[in-house]
Amino acid sequence: MFGLPRKLAVDSAELQRRFYALAREHHPDFHQAAPAEERARIEATSALVNAAYRTLRDPIARVEYLVRLEEGRETKEGDIDKPKAPPALLQEMFEIQEALAEARSEAAKGALDETTRATLAEQRESLRARLKDEETRLAGPLSARWDSAAPAERPAILAAFKEALATRAYLRTVIADLTETLGGDTEEFGRAIEGRHGSAEAPRTRGGMGGHIGAPHQ
Amino acid sequence: MSSRIIGIDLGTTNSLVAYVDEATGLPRVIPDADGRPLLPSVVAFTPDGIVVGEPARRQLARRPADTVYSVKRLMGRGFEDVKDEARYLPFRILAGEGLVRLAVGGREVTPPEVSAVVLKALKERAERHFGESVEKAVVTVPAYFNDAQRQATKDAGRIAGLDVVRIVNEPTAASLAYGLHRLSEGVVAVYDLGGGTFDVSILRVKDGVFEVLATNGDTHLGGDDFDRVLALWLLEDIAARHHTELDRDCVDLARDPEAMQELRLAAEAAKIRLSSEERTTLTLPFAGFTYRREMTRADLERLVEPLVRRTLGPCRRALADAGLSAADIDEVVLVGGSTRVPLVRRRVQELFGKTPHSQLNPDEVVALGAAVQAHILAGGITNMLLLDVTPLSLGIESLGGIVNVLIPRNTTIPTSAREMFTTSADGQTLVDLHVLQGERELAKDCRSLGRFELRIDPMPAGMPKIEVTFLIDANGILQVQAKEQRSDKAASIEVKPTYGLNEAEVGRMIEDSFTYAEADVETRMLIEARNEADTVLVHAGRALKQGAHLVDVAERAAIETAVAALRAARSGDDRDRIHEATTAVNRATEHLAEVLMDAALKGALGSRRATEILGER
Repeated sequence: MFGLPRKLAVDSAELQRRFYALAREHHPDFHQAAPAEERARIEATSALVNAAYRTLRDPIARVEYLVRLEEGRETKEGDIDKPKAPPALLQEMFEIQEALAEARSEAAKGALDETTRATLAEQRESLRARLKDEETRLAGPLSARWDSAAPAERPAILAAFKEALATRAYLRTVIADLTETLGGDTEEFGRAIEGRHGSAEAPRTRGGMGGHIGAPHQ
Repeated sequence: MSSRIIGIDLGTTNSLVAYVDEATGLPRVIPDADGRPLLPSVVAFTPDGIVVGEPARRQLARRPADTVYSVKRLMGRGFEDVKDEARYLPFRILAGEGLVRLAVGGREVTPPEVSAVVLKALKERAERHFGESVEKAVVTVPAYFNDAQRQATKDAGRIAGLDVVRIVNEPTAASLAYGLHRLSEGVVAVYDLGGGTFDVSILRVKDGVFEVLATNGDTHLGGDDFDRVLALWLLEDIAARHHTELDRDCVDLARDPEAMQELRLAAEAAKIRLSSEERTTLTLPFAGFTYRREMTRADLERLVEPLVRRTLGPCRRALADAGLSAADIDEVVLVGGSTRVPLVRRRVQELFGKTPHSQLNPDEVVALGAAVQAHILAGGITNMLLLDVTPLSLGIESLGGIVNVLIPRNTTIPTSAREMFTTSADGQTLVDLHVLQGERELAKDCRSLGRFELRIDPMPAGMPKIEVTFLIDANGILQVQAKEQRSDKAASIEVKPTYGLNEAEVGRMIEDSFTYAEADVETRMLIEARNEADTVLVHAGRALKQGAHLVDVAERAAIETAVAALRAARSGDDRDRIHEATTAVNRATEHLAEVLMDAALKGALGSRRATEILGER
């Protein structure tokens, strides 16, 4: 759509320039006089242009999109193979979640005691650092490897992408849970929100989805 | 030219209409017949008809129960949302499900109907200006307005006979107004603190494209809240200092809507004076005593500081969402009347480390921007493009009451998202989609926008593949489509807005708007004359009560005669007679007014507000 090479490395200034040009061409603002059907088509194109830009400008979203393309999925949800995080990480996350559950039931009775609080905050900081490392690795060296890989090497890199994305999702969920338990100031609240909604692939949210909605009606 | 599109700023306190002047290419506000650009967003439901704007504002204190102000804060909301602040509103809000309903002037109205009266007045103002009918408008809303609030604004337009061709976010509109000449390319933060709402938007301006990167805000924070904390503080002070008089007369000011409205208006006036002066004196006449106190800007700042601080959180969140820090902001623009408060300016400057722009009148800049957007839509401007975002995440309730986000906040609009769903029971023919907006994880903590019921063919559980598409249009309003892929049949959707009006209701309100027409010009002028008479009678009564001993018997008798004559005239329908009698009372009380003014000046040195007892003359 943007006439750029299909690579994970994207020239962001060039991407922005082309996005502005396409946005101009397809924005409903410039087609007010068109018949209703034409306007609906333009609105859909405009939505597509916006979504494409949103995906391409963010290095992590680019990787997520690539994985979906390679797997032939259209939407974010509905993949059969759930992303698998390394077992060691799962074990570790499980332990933190348990400690968290304990802290929560304690907090329900009264205030969190200072030592627990400090431990949790420390844990959150170290997880944040790991998340940052994981994202840097994903957007940097891993993405670069994909761009230069021979076709035969690609399935292995794809698997690495999926593992890294899953790790990231777990880390984000646990960080968000920690933040929620710690309460904290409004700034933290903002970050917690960010953590949740960016993490459409997070295990917790995933559990709730799967498409069964609505009580049976008849 | 039937394709003319006007730009309207439908504000909490004041509303304006503007257009782009073809000759200069610049946006201009259309004033009323008396040259006033602002139309107070106040609507009075009187026995003689509906009155809007300045005459309605003037009778706020006299007919508090039937005069609606700040209705924007009620748009697209339910009783539960507003019941806390309803305590401070002198008109009646009915308890019930769905959207808020008001009981005023012996009938029930919804906020969109009240807003429609304001829109209609602006439409007529524009029609008088152009000498032709106007049918299309761009209307602005706070960026942080949710879907229901936007829809309510669109409904108000329809009820007023206006096709709202675009809903534009206020801070973005302001940036368009500035963008014409005053902004260089770069990252701009727009801080918009109005009468009832607060917004902050971060934009990138480049190559004529105004791309909103992030927006945040609070739809229940504005100058009204400043007035309220100040009024409540005054109320306490009055109770402390004048408890003897209050107890003697068995008066509970907090339960007296007229007194509370007077107090609110006095608080607002003092707040405005303290933006340009360091200290001011409030003089409030009550039955039996006059309250007088000096207050300083520091007093006001101490009271409003927590409110101002509440605006900083959204600013930081918008920056974080845009992936920027305060140092990345090239320019800061101030919008909204409340940004005249020096404390607000100081805090904004501290946060962004930049001297904010305020060359354009903060009351007018949003309307001017709406006119620019209207001109873009009419094809008059082709080198500017606004790319706005949806302020709040949009999702569907899934099992366990968790929100499944389809469109995250700060997504550029128009945008669409698709999701596949299936059924959980055999032979299920009805699927219930609960659409939510907000940033919380659980459905119960988010805003319910509505329920969409899809009707499908019966199939075993898990078999149907229902593709649901959300489309947010350029107005930020959601449209939902659904299709069952196995049968390739579009599922029929019934929309049940949680806090909105359905088609039939809007239709009925359009009809009602003709039945309960705005009072015609003759009646309106009569109402104005009566209002004026009432004001003068109140002031004359007070002046007599407080200063009878200061003038001789003959003068007192002359005043009483003039007052009696005015009372008689006021009960009739002869406008000229009311005018004459009003002038006569004014003349008869002139000397008494001077004497009282002197006494007031001696009583409280430096008081410039003796006119408050006596009325503006």
